[in-house]
Amino acid sequence: MAVAEKIAPGASATVYHVKKGDQGAVLDVAGFNLWYGASQALFDVSMTIERGLVTALIGPSGCGKSTLIRSFNRMNDLIENLTIAGSIVFEGADIYQSRADVIALRKRMGMVFQKPNPFPMSVFDNVGYPLRVDGVRDRRRLEETVEQALRRAALWDEVKDRLQDNALGLSGGQQQRLCIARAIAGDPEVLLMDEPCSALDPIATAKIEELIDELRGHYSIVIVTHNMQQAARVSQNTGFMYLGRLIEYGETRAMFTVPKVRQTHDYVTGRFG
Amino acid sequence: MTSAPKGHTVRSYDEELNQLNNYISEMGGLAEAQLAAALDALGKRNSELAAQVIVQDESIDRIEAKVDEAAVELLALRQPMADDLRQVLASLKIAQILERVGDYAANVAKRATVLNQLPQVEPARSVPRMGRLVEQMIHEVLDAYVRRDADAALAVWHRDEGVDSLYDSVFRELLTYMMEDPRNITACTHLLFIAKNIERIGDYTTNVAEIIYFLVKGVPLTEARPKADTTSFTVVNPPAS
Repeated sequence: MAVAEKIAPGASATVYHVKKGDQGAVLDVAGFNLWYGASQALFDVSMTIERGLVTALIGPSGCGKSTLIRSFNRMNDLIENLTIAGSIVFEGADIYQSRADVIALRKRMGMVFQKPNPFPMSVFDNVGYPLRVDGVRDRRRLEETVEQALRRAALWDEVKDRLQDNALGLSGGQQQRLCIARAIAGDPEVLLMDEPCSALDPIATAKIEELIDELRGHYSIVIVTHNMQQAARVSQNTGFMYLGRLIEYGETRAMFTVPKVRQTHDYVTGRFG
Repeated sequence: MTSAPKGHTVRSYDEELNQLNNYISEMGGLAEAQLAAALDALGKRNSELAAQVIVQDESIDRIEAKVDEAAVELLALRQPMADDLRQVLASLKIAQILERVGDYAANVAKRATVLNQLPQVEPARSVPRMGRLVEQMIHEVLDAYVRRDADAALAVWHRDEGVDSLYDSVFRELLTYMMEDPRNITACTHLLFIAKNIERIGDYTTNVAEIIYFLVKGVPLTEARPKADTTSFTVVNPPAS
């Protein structure tokens, strides 16, 4: 990954009307640009992610929302010929500075993906994994943390009698909640969710949405979703992205009732493309 | 957001919203015509026309039922957002109002039938004048709906003050007639109810204007409407004999 010469931030075109949380911003993105080789995927994105709130990113396929969420914990680093410019400040430090500790960063930002990806091991070992990696060997502490994470992920009652079973035997919805439990077991500050419900049935989806609502306040959550009703239901702020640009970023209620930008309006009402 | 409105990706969604729009236009046209005919029946003492108005009321009710059905279907199957959602809600509310307007028009026609059997009293002429003003307001508010013109809706909204003033003077005039000659009481009471019906239609028209404003702007009209109807507090003393 290369860091481009600092480019002058262009006049940011984002129409901005976010709901401010009472705990300030957890992430501060400023003039962020990203290129995959020669093709630019993100253009001058500037936004704050409010601490303790749920932020949804919506937009048509290829608009850059997944690229953006993956930039927050530097998941894009593995891609060759990646170039970035601009900054993402997390807890007072630019995460793209050379001395930033990427592993430590990812521990503080749990991530949940589109397809549930439990490890091929027991339910207990899956959730306990982040602690094991940290060198925790104390059985009692492991048990407590695993139980707490599973309770938070609203999965405990369903798996408490089968903690030693292989996690791959769980249903899709259970696997996804297991991944959320694993993501929060390491006690991160930010939870990044990239299409967490797109492989789930409506009941499992409702459970995850209920869970997001429960976790709000304790964690700052960023969710990328193609399901606009879901974004409308779970988030307090919504960003609409199009062709790599953040077009409008504002309070969810306003984004879905009186969007200020024509493109946002056309997208949320189903007039796009 | 000034660029030309764009169709939905799913074309049948547009067709369903258009259908809803057409129902409202059709209902509005009927309600307006019903009021006009009822006023004609009153002004020209035409009981045959009055009878037609009473029968016709059912056709407005029928369209209201269709609006309800279409709106519920749209909400359930399309999950409309933003101005699409406001359009569905506005259709439901406006249809309900237009149905009431139809009822009032039919009531005017019923009372006209009674009045036509009684000797004519003088205020029977100023009441239709008030009616024409309200009829014009309905026409303009429906026009504002079709054009999605919040300013035109607001202009209608302000005009209701004139209707209120007219009602106020008709009210006083009728009381005076009744006091002059008790034989006028039957006719004047019917006229008073007719005037009240027309005044109510004027109020409903302002409600439609408010709905149009919300539909277009996405925020409710918060301004307080000027009111000139003081009849609720009016006392007219009989002349000293």
